[in-house]
Amino acid sequence: MIPGALGLLVCAALWEAVPRLGLVSSAYLPPFTTTLDALGGELTDPAFWSALGDTLTGWALGLALATAGGVLAGLVIATVPYLRELTSSTVEFLRPIPSVALIPLAILLFGTELRSVLLLVVYAAFWQVLVQVLYGVQDVDPVAEDTARAFGLGPWARIRHVVWPTALPYVMTGVRLAAAVALILAVTVELVIGAPGLGHRINVAQTSQAVPDMYALILVAGCLGVLINTGARLVERRALSWHRSVRTEAPA
Amino acid sequence: MLEVKGLRKVYEGSGRRVEALRDLTFRLDAGELVCVVGPSGCGKTTLLKCVAGLLAPTEGSVTLDGVPVTGPRPGLAVVFQEYGRSLFPWMRVTENVELPLRQRKMPRDARRARVSEALDAVGLGDVGRAYPWELSGGMQQRVAIARALAYEPDVLLMDEPFAAVDAQTRADLEDLVRGLWRRRGMTVLFVTHDIDEAVYLGERVLVLSPSPTVVREEVVVELPAERDQLTTRADVRFTGLRSRVLGLIRDGGGAADQVSKAGRSGSGSDS
Ligand SMILES: Nc1ncnc2c1ncn2[C@@H]1O[C@H](COP(=O)(O)OP(=O)(O)O)[C@@H](O)[C@H]1O
Ligand SMILES: [Mg+2]
Repeated sequence: MIPGALGLLVCAALWEAVPRLGLVSSAYLPPFTTTLDALGGELTDPAFWSALGDTLTGWALGLALATAGGVLAGLVIATVPYLRELTSSTVEFLRPIPSVALIPLAILLFGTELRSVLLLVVYAAFWQVLVQVLYGVQDVDPVAEDTARAFGLGPWARIRHVVWPTALPYVMTGVRLAAAVALILAVTVELVIGAPGLGHRINVAQTSQAVPDMYALILVAGCLGVLINTGARLVERRALSWHRSVRTEAPA
Repeated sequence: MLEVKGLRKVYEGSGRRVEALRDLTFRLDAGELVCVVGPSGCGKTTLLKCVAGLLAPTEGSVTLDGVPVTGPRPGLAVVFQEYGRSLFPWMRVTENVELPLRQRKMPRDARRARVSEALDAVGLGDVGRAYPWELSGGMQQRVAIARALAYEPDVLLMDEPFAAVDAQTRADLEDLVRGLWRRRGMTVLFVTHDIDEAVYLGERVLVLSPSPTVVREEVVVELPAERDQLTTRADVRFTGLRSRVLGLIRDGGGAADQVSKAGRSGSGSDS
């Protein structure tokens, strides 16, 4: 923690020093303190908060839809025989398509509305969840499965009591990755197509020469990413206390 | 009453073909404790899975009380060899034992009573709140036994349940199983690769041949019902039976006289 904080401090000092020493023009890189001033200005501007709200709405809604869809599709694909083979080539084809390549499609369909953001966020985040769920379901222990069957658990009860708990650590990983990707996509789409949000505000700041504000907003986006990742890890750790312990304590 | 007739099981898949069981025929009367002994890889687990309805036989049939077994059934419980993987690590001990009862829609209070009774019976009355992975191997296997007991089966199948616990724990668990069997009066099919264990526990011992697997012989264990780790094992009848079974496994029935010094160590130790 201390070395981490030290690293940040060094970065801030460098950021301050480089424009002050004239190594880079402060028109392109305003000093750190100037950026902080701009950040203070942003924080008192209601328009900033509404932009932040828009971005978070797109992110959360998109992530929720992608998670629900990914988990559902994953469980169905993995538990219905032959569906996995049937879908694997499709998955392998669709998954590598960079979501930003779908931006024109989104504009065509929804213009600059929230739905454009959602389309791309969901598309990008969905695969992260789906792939992890598929791995997770594959990880079900045949002995656990046999045990459940021997003791009279039907298909539905086995999904609930065996498959789901086994897959949960993978699902958590998938959601954490999806959360990061979803934020990237939300900001990107706002930036590129001008849907309301932080990305759009960054773009406006840039075109109107408000360079310190632009950096302040980038800083906010970065902090958001860090917060989301930390939060996701926290939830993961709480939900999977048994899992971690299994890994760290039980002898092989 | 459990009846196995002409049971054959061939695993087929990815070009490989394994005949795990060639031709097994035997029967267990209700309330009997019968041990199945055979070398590792001879198909003991396969046999249990077929009896449990987890695996469809290639040929032959399994009938329980006159009804053909086509899938898992309520009156039958299994204790698996891999107890660590058979207990769910995401559930506490009580939840593990309780799950099959919940599945049967048994009322909550009855369930709770049954669970604590079963845990008491295996001497684990005070670890209900623990997770399985917090317990030793022997304790985990007790939990698995408690889960089977709470299920109140007519038929209990046990697959080398003590292969991976230390000698002292193993002796305790053997006495536990025999004690529970005598009190509860269920039918028990106990699979092991350990000849001593088979003779010590069983009323009869079914000796399986190495692959291609058939029932080589059924040995009736003429020992008193009251068994004791020290005196029973020192009994000449016990050592005689043990030699006979070992001889059957080794030479297919001949030369049973050269095996007198073979004991647990001679019965194979892999699982
Ligand atoms: N699912 C399976 N697929 C293919 N072969 C199997 C499978 N399970 C067991 N076998 C094979 O069947 C034989 C008997 O296995 P098993 O019943 O586990 O023996 P045991 O329990 O006596 O050690 C072994 O040769 C094993 O490799
Ligand atoms: Mg086995």
